[in-house]
Amino acid sequence: MTDEPATKHVPGASRRKFLKGSAALGAGVIAAGTARAEGPDPLITEVQDWANAFGDAVDAAPYGTPIHFESHVVRRNVEWLTESPVSSINFTPIHALEGTITPQGCAFERHHSGAIELSKSDYRLMINGLVDTPLVFTFEDLTRFPRSSMVAFCECAANGGMEWGGAQLEGCQFTQGMIHNMEYVGVPLRVLLEEAGVKPEGKWVYAEGADASSNGRSIPMEKALDDVLVAFYANGEALRKEHGYPARLVVPGWEGNMWVKWVRRLGVYEHAVESREETSKYTDLMPDGRARKWTWVMDAKSVITSPSPQAPVRHGKGPLVITGLAWSGHGKIAKVDVSLDGGRNWQEARITGEAKPKALTRFHLDIDWDGSELLLQSRATDETGYVQPTKDALRAIRGLNNVYHNNGIQTWWLKSDGEVENVEVA
Amino acid sequence: MSKSLNLLAGTALAAGLIAGPAMAEKLGLGRAALPEEIAAWDVAVQPDGTGLPEGSGDVLTGEEVFADKCATCHGEFAEGLDSWPVLAGGEGTLKDRRPVKTIGSYWPYLSTVFDYVHRSMPFGSAQTVSVDETYAITAFLLYSNGLVEDDFVLTRDNFTEITLPNADGFYVDDRPETEYPLFSGAACMTDCGAEVKVTKRAVDLNVTPEDPDGRPAGTLPALTMAAAGTAAPAEAAASEAATEETATEETAAEEPAAEEAATETAAADPALVEAGQKVFKKCAACHKVGEGAKNATGPHLNGVVGRTAGTIEGFKYSKPMTDAGAGGLVWDADALTAYLENPKGFVKGTKMSFAGLKKEEDRAAIIAYLGTLAP
Repeated sequence: MTDEPATKHVPGASRRKFLKGSAALGAGVIAAGTARAEGPDPLITEVQDWANAFGDAVDAAPYGTPIHFESHVVRRNVEWLTESPVSSINFTPIHALEGTITPQGCAFERHHSGAIELSKSDYRLMINGLVDTPLVFTFEDLTRFPRSSMVAFCECAANGGMEWGGAQLEGCQFTQGMIHNMEYVGVPLRVLLEEAGVKPEGKWVYAEGADASSNGRSIPMEKALDDVLVAFYANGEALRKEHGYPARLVVPGWEGNMWVKWVRRLGVYEHAVESREETSKYTDLMPDGRARKWTWVMDAKSVITSPSPQAPVRHGKGPLVITGLAWSGHGKIAKVDVSLDGGRNWQEARITGEAKPKALTRFHLDIDWDGSELLLQSRATDETGYVQPTKDALRAIRGLNNVYHNNGIQTWWLKSDGEVENVEVA
Repeated sequence: MSKSLNLLAGTALAAGLIAGPAMAEKLGLGRAALPEEIAAWDVAVQPDGTGLPEGSGDVLTGEEVFADKCATCHGEFAEGLDSWPVLAGGEGTLKDRRPVKTIGSYWPYLSTVFDYVHRSMPFGSAQTVSVDETYAITAFLLYSNGLVEDDFVLTRDNFTEITLPNADGFYVDDRPETEYPLFSGAACMTDCGAEVKVTKRAVDLNVTPEDPDGRPAGTLPALTMAAAGTAAPAEAAASEAATEETATEETAAEEPAAEEAATETAAADPALVEAGQKVFKKCAACHKVGEGAKNATGPHLNGVVGRTAGTIEGFKYSKPMTDAGAGGLVWDADALTAYLENPKGFVKGTKMSFAGLKKEEDRAAIIAYLGTLAP
């Protein structure tokens, strides 16, 4: 099987048919949405069930799940991408989320040999190699080290990879949804390495998971001593199984593959191991037939999450909230611009809340939509001055075989009936 | 100072980035790792040969082990079946529109092959390949890539003498020099070029997962529809899911009874079925089950209990398996038990490269589970 995004051609055209036939449907929906009250609203004038009878008692759900009206807000898989669902990926429904924190229950999953069940009592973390004292920690040991916290985005290097050759999937869940953003609490990796005592010749930390894939990745010592965390809490609670319970690496700003889940061993070596995940995979083939390696940092990127193909505009013209996400592995987002005409003219969007380094940042732009067609784009600039490029600008350098690290500008075609398509423009 | 250097700046910066207390001295937590423990877990092999265990293996042995343990996914000649990775060939394709990235055409280091096969293969049965078998498989993969002759023997001593063809094909991330200067500076805000037109539409490819109404999967339902309270899409979806769940439960409860004759050992014991479902994870990489399951590396297993061997349409069985079916082999509980205990012993020449389930309770559980799968 392959974990590299591919182009898939499937016969049939139901989506096209749907879009062609959607003008009339769209108009109907808009009419319903904008209808003025012709008489008193029974939801107001009549006593509703929920206003006179009991709702659920406490403990109806000792651990709650979203109300069923939100049942469409789930991770989704694109089955044809991979040969086996235990070595595969699914996508965060970013089109349906707001703010910046991704709930764990719908944060994308990427497994290389399935999500394993590893209890805290069975958990061990070993540090060995070029250290003064090779050590084994139990989970309880980890909980006794001083903790730190951070909010960080985790983005798969292949996020947007299916769009490298051209617009392919309908919806930012599928085109930019290999990302999540959580608040982590754990022990700085630096603290654990200091406990073992890194020898001067130890230049790399090789992190391995406890699962069958092990997914080993080499991390340069500078990064390991900088901001890497061995995390065991996310968004205020224990990590979920699918995100590496009971402990995973958080490697802020760097590709998700390095965020080793169920982390069980940290080998300190003089050189990179050059494992399968950092040679055969997660390297970037360039037009001259050579490949970039160690492309760890996720460059600045943004996407409008609504309107988008899975979040059409159903309310007709007038006030319209454009909302989206921006992020950079190099630090904070400095500003986000939005274009309504496919990149000819731009206006600065509002950063909503605090722009944190290496974390998702929310932006909004409130417009008065006249109902005409728009070609929506967003463009992030980070604190280093890097400006998110177009996909064509990236292709001019990297060619067409370079599927990882696609941080190009996304275009949504908002049509008069409120439907939205994933397109490219030139 | 370049951005990459900035990023990798030392611990002074780190202390600023991590909002945590600075550690002054060791806490004395954890315990010393024992040599046996390190030997068990640190099996990493590096390009310079560090970590290679003592051992050896030859091409012909490798061919046998590969056929037994790897070929169901990677093909007899490492050519890759379905979309499983191609391991051989592809020389000279790296500039093509569809490059074939194999050990011979793309991988820079032989150590990666040894490390990965030994640590993580076969898919679904990691860490079952011995050291000598790993040497042999690695030798066979060199041979299938045309890099050694068929009498080649790979050992720890000659390992680092082998250089893969694409060893010099990689260079360290140069985005800070080749891309960042181009993509930095004040961005254009007005009249940034000619008017643009739509050049590519995702709908033309039509490969997005869809909701029943033809919209992209997960499209937000209209609030007006939800408010009407009659056909709220969210509620409909929820009740649909609930129906499905019920259906699964019913199937689980009823099917074994229907198949009682074939699966006497598998009366509808929910615990056994559940245990079987867990054991089935070993099989799921190759065998699909459930509604709409298709043949994959192995045939789909819906309704397998009571089925005549080698009779799923569209699956290319081994000749011995087709013959067994023609000779009257039916997958009842006894036949499945024998086959699952020792696949290659029960049907000599079967394509299924699975070592078998050694535990009797695992076999009983999985047969109970398979009995719940409607045809």
